[in-house]
Amino acid sequence: MIQVKVKVYRFNPENDQQKPRFETYTVEADPKDKVLDLLHRIKWEQDGTLAFRRSCAHGICGSCAMKINGANMLACEANLKNFKDPTNIIVEPLQSLPIIKDLVVDLKDFFKKYEIVKPYLINKTPPPTKERFQSPEDRQLIDEATWCIQCASCSTSCPSNWKNPNFLGPAALLKSYRYNFDSRDEGTAERIHVLDTNDGVWRCHTIFNCVEACPKDINITWHISQLKKKLVSREY
Amino acid sequence: MIIKHDVVIVGAGLAGLRAALEASRNYDVAVVSKLFPTRSHSGAAQGGIAASLGNVEEDHIDWHFFDTVKGSDYLGDQDAIEYLVNDAHPAIYELEHMGCPFSRTPEGKINQRKFGGHTKNYGEGPVLRACFAADRTGHMILHTLYDQCVKNNVRFYSEFYVTDIIVKDNIIRGITAYDMEGGEYVAMHAKTVMFGTGGYGRAFKITSNAHANTGDGLGVVLRAGLALEDLEFVQFHPTGVYKYGILVSEGARGEGAYLINNDGERFMEKYAPKLMELAPRDLTSRSIQTEIDEGRGINGENCVHLDLRHLGEAKINERLPEIRSFCRKIIGIDPVEEPIPIEPTAHYSMGGIPVNVDGEVLADGKSQKVEGFYAAGECSCVSVHGANRLGTNSLLEAVVFGRRAGKTMVKFLNAKGVDKADLPEDQVKASFDRIEGFKTRTGEEKVGTIRKELQQVMMTKVGVYREEKGLKEALEKVRSLEKRFEKIKIDDKGMKFNTDLTEALELDNLLQFAELIVSGALNRQESRGAQYRRDFPKRDDVNWLKHTIAVKKDGKIQYDYKPVVITKFQPQERKY
Repeated sequence: MIQVKVKVYRFNPENDQQKPRFETYTVEADPKDKVLDLLHRIKWEQDGTLAFRRSCAHGICGSCAMKINGANMLACEANLKNFKDPTNIIVEPLQSLPIIKDLVVDLKDFFKKYEIVKPYLINKTPPPTKERFQSPEDRQLIDEATWCIQCASCSTSCPSNWKNPNFLGPAALLKSYRYNFDSRDEGTAERIHVLDTNDGVWRCHTIFNCVEACPKDINITWHISQLKKKLVSREY
Repeated sequence: MIIKHDVVIVGAGLAGLRAALEASRNYDVAVVSKLFPTRSHSGAAQGGIAASLGNVEEDHIDWHFFDTVKGSDYLGDQDAIEYLVNDAHPAIYELEHMGCPFSRTPEGKINQRKFGGHTKNYGEGPVLRACFAADRTGHMILHTLYDQCVKNNVRFYSEFYVTDIIVKDNIIRGITAYDMEGGEYVAMHAKTVMFGTGGYGRAFKITSNAHANTGDGLGVVLRAGLALEDLEFVQFHPTGVYKYGILVSEGARGEGAYLINNDGERFMEKYAPKLMELAPRDLTSRSIQTEIDEGRGINGENCVHLDLRHLGEAKINERLPEIRSFCRKIIGIDPVEEPIPIEPTAHYSMGGIPVNVDGEVLADGKSQKVEGFYAAGECSCVSVHGANRLGTNSLLEAVVFGRRAGKTMVKFLNAKGVDKADLPEDQVKASFDRIEGFKTRTGEEKVGTIRKELQQVMMTKVGVYREEKGLKEALEKVRSLEKRFEKIKIDDKGMKFNTDLTEALELDNLLQFAELIVSGALNRQESRGAQYRRDFPKRDDVNWLKHTIAVKKDGKIQYDYKPVVITKFQPQERKY
């Protein structure tokens, strides 16, 4: 067992006297523990007022994205042994979003952008009685984009997004790719106007922060580039 | 604050979203969830969704029907199972038409894989029946349904924690909830309410379930004085990651993975010579536990190995990429190079809120409906799974019966109109007072400590193997924890995003129905499906071919029973 100093960002909106601050907790941990285990131990054994989101605890629900030692990641996957100094952990909320309480950020704007890209299959041709056919190659083309768990690690690590909050951001653009490149979809013409603007794909300056932040290892920047290519070549 | 909608659905997993989609074509629908919808635990389902499409090899609806009945250890209601296996075809084609990215066969059809207990020709050998999207099937369906709900302008109330249903004169009036972000208690007034609130794996120490899976719907229903059915049947999935409980899909064994004990044996040949690793879950979990109990666990520990290595890296990457990913990240094992240590993990609730095949909740578990109240998915008990669910039948149940419940609500609203019965203010106030009351309790007990003790006793005494002595001890323990729970202390007295409060509310629910699980297991003096009693090792069709109905009156559990619906397949000895 090791002693870990966990420095946690705290903010209570209901207490006007308290400005945002860091609080440090000392937690007993197994070197194989995840940061989520530490947060649970703090909440369950030391301070019940600490607020954070989590659910599945194995990287598929996307609830527990936060900034840990300066980088966005899922707390449930953040293995202590992967940190240079596992005895000093700093936990902060995702950057650039309003904070509701402690590590809980306001994701309303993030999901509003998601809805703007029309994130659903558009196909006006009446479907057959069985499935629409799709070749394994066509299916492969959208595979990586379907891995996204909407954790917001990417969009909140994107400097273009920090600078320009109207930018649709990597998560929404990835979703746009997922449907625009689906061989069964006929909706690109309906979706294109929000992409082909300064706040659409062109605000992506290929900084690759999103790729580094993505816990599902999706090459988001590549997908955005494919959307750009589609726009310039008018392949729609 | 009072929010009004025609339809209020609680829970945003597959059942809730599928119903929302159906009803939103005609009516104003709200979905309430304590998480953001795509965080729902349906998204963690990996291996597949069953339908006898026959895309890869011969298959028939009737084979699926038989397998599900046999898998249920003959406790499944066959009228309901018939709907399940028939509706599977349109339900899955609809998902595909909505854009669900299923894996494909070379000719472009939905691909199918093998799964436990699904067989060809009434038990001859495994059949390719599970429609899949790599090992992310639940994730793909969940996101597809959410996207369709966005398209249909379904109104979402995310991070609203349901606290009570409001029922008067046997008519549903709405619900109460805690709006975590807004920081207030709200009443929702509706003509129809549907529960798709999911399971309760978090009643157990080792579970594949998310932290959110605390069976809140069951607690709410029990508090309202309604019945619950067959709660003693808890599925333990054979392959949870050792010490973590995280699910490794049966799809891994469907693709050919082996179960190996410390002597290097594929021990399933002793227990299920015909289906081997693809035996149903109850049997496979017992086999693993027996190997461990008899000293053949890996290095004497409480685990055996799930070996994927012979499948090769290419196949693992194509078919089981998510499993590889979380094994590497979370336990530091690459299944391409090392076997995965696994143990049985609490996974699924076969029992739940009694409903008929149209999703209508039955107040007494038998025939008396609660007007306007519906349930579907894991929180409900139709019962298609009986005493043991087959893998891939849960996503199917959620989609098929969510769809059916959605259609029933539309029919009901078409017939009755959308004018709502009054929302009784006194009942709403009593519900709010109850929530607020948690904050003012003055003891020193910690929610985390009581929950941990509950999970520990449920795991050790109400697990894969059960017997009278242990169950009695467990019952006593649960009751003493309920007493201690009255003296909890909540640190957070605020209104905004108070997860200290929601964890207490969740534990209250867990304790309420955990008592029913234990006492139901004690009450049922036989072994059937997932309920195995060492002191009653045989199935007893003479006395126990019946569903348990339990209600809580003045703190006391009362039992009633109802017969199993048998239409086509007469009970016979269950061998694999």
